[in-house]
Amino acid sequence: MRRLLASPYFVVIALTLAVLLMPLVLHSTFYLRIATLVFIFGLAVVGLNLLMGFAGQVSLGHAGFFGIGAYAVAVGPTSLGVPSWLALIAGALGAGVIAFIIGRPILRLRGHYLAVATLGMGLLVALLFNNEADWTGGPDGMQVPRLYVLGWRVYGPHAWYWIAGTSLVVGAWLAVNLVASPTGRALRAIHDSEVAARMLGVDVTRYKLAAFVLSAVFAAIAGSYLALFDGLVTPQEAGFLRSIEFVTMAVLGGLGSIFGSVVGAAMLVVLPQVLTVFQDYEHIMLGLVMIIVMVFLPQGIIPSITALARRRSL
Amino acid sequence: MSALSTEGISISFGGVTALADVSLAIASGEIFAIIGPNGAGKTTLFNIVSGLYPPQQGRVRLGGEDVTRLPPHFLARRGLSRTFQNLQIFFRMSAVENVMVGRHLHEDCNLIAHLFALPSVFRQNRATRMKAEELLSFVGLAGFAERPAGTLPYGALRRLEIARALASEPKVLLLDEPAAGCNPVETEEIDGLIQKIAAQGVTVVLVEHDMKLVMKISRRIHVLNQGRTIAEGTAEEVRLNQEVIAAYLGRSGVAEAAYA
Repeated sequence: MRRLLASPYFVVIALTLAVLLMPLVLHSTFYLRIATLVFIFGLAVVGLNLLMGFAGQVSLGHAGFFGIGAYAVAVGPTSLGVPSWLALIAGALGAGVIAFIIGRPILRLRGHYLAVATLGMGLLVALLFNNEADWTGGPDGMQVPRLYVLGWRVYGPHAWYWIAGTSLVVGAWLAVNLVASPTGRALRAIHDSEVAARMLGVDVTRYKLAAFVLSAVFAAIAGSYLALFDGLVTPQEAGFLRSIEFVTMAVLGGLGSIFGSVVGAAMLVVLPQVLTVFQDYEHIMLGLVMIIVMVFLPQGIIPSITALARRRSL
Repeated sequence: MSALSTEGISISFGGVTALADVSLAIASGEIFAIIGPNGAGKTTLFNIVSGLYPPQQGRVRLGGEDVTRLPPHFLARRGLSRTFQNLQIFFRMSAVENVMVGRHLHEDCNLIAHLFALPSVFRQNRATRMKAEELLSFVGLAGFAERPAGTLPYGALRRLEIARALASEPKVLLLDEPAAGCNPVETEEIDGLIQKIAAQGVTVVLVEHDMKLVMKISRRIHVLNQGRTIAEGTAEEVRLNQEVIAAYLGRSGVAEAAYA
């Protein structure tokens, strides 16, 4: 059992079981909807964690890529006559290409400077969706046509529960694979000592860029899912607050922990629902919970709990 | 042909000359030491040779090839590796993973294969881990493989850096104060380790403050003072050099040294 828990693939097994078993417990479509949102945001945060938790590079503009994915499935079918599934793939590839082009110059920056540069990138994308009203409907957003796959209309919480759940499991599996590979070791090495990594032959620029592009693709796919699931997209999906939400999820759950990313996403999606019992004090309670978690679990939920459990068992 | 050489290296930082016209040639397979008082420019020279700083003047040759201004990861590919005076450990990784990163250049780096964990990646990970464990035993850290590097004692970290640098199979290994902060027993172990490495045909260049260690193991010693070369030769030659004595002890010390 301990070997299973220590295995990096534990998270994949746990997520698979969770996705398979939750519908037995969650009877109302409302709960299924919440679970679906957790999966979608979890997918984006798992990607962001590759960049932040493993390569150690911050991005405050990842909602930009999320927005690109979301608007791809909105604008593609409406204005360009591209089928939704193709628009989704194009959105993911497009986000990857944009990350590649923007990443080259800005990933030279470090720490706060990189944070501000990525922030600017996110704002730029959001601005574009706000201003190109002919294509995007401007600040009010636009309707997103339903997804058809092989003539089957993908609609409703059940269908999206399974699509998002499967995608999250696959996304987590890919991330775990990557972390255990030479690429993963190179990324973690960059995080701890860039200069030592370079001396050992790691092309630091290339690996940072790879992590940035991958995380952008994860975010774009998640963005497409959310837009197709909601049937509506607004520029807020690409906005600053969304970016901060992703970073908060990653940090709260635990940087460098794939499982943590999903837990972080779950917390920020589920807590506001639970805290509605406090009515007017809902936001105060959310803020308090976040502060308390960070004070008592300073490495984020999963890494801190793992460390505590390890100390107990010694 | 020398394994590593520099010709007229000069660099200054904000008007302060750190190195002026430093030339040296290191033969293949020898243990070569660079010494000098604090601020002599030893680490600066290492940083230039390993591609971290571009020199303002001069050339660096590695195995006869001009490598001046090449970035570190290109130099690593051409057989140069180094350790750091202020340790640069990947402290969130385990000891064995630290050494595995050193195998980076000998691994296939196909992102798609890594993402989908193809069987080739498993095989390669296993081979890399075996090689890394071998190197950990070579430097005497066999029992530490799975420990987080951050929890290793200081002397062990010095040796971990050496194992990691060796993992890239360098032709030339730069050791920046490998015995700094080590007690006499640990220094003795490092001494033995350096000789074992050189015996395998690796050219070892070291910057070191521990004179006993330097005098004992180096074939030749290059002495810097305030960024300039003041002497080069065998341990015996350097020990008796008046300028070297003056640099270390001050002018008044020369007279005292004469009695000692």
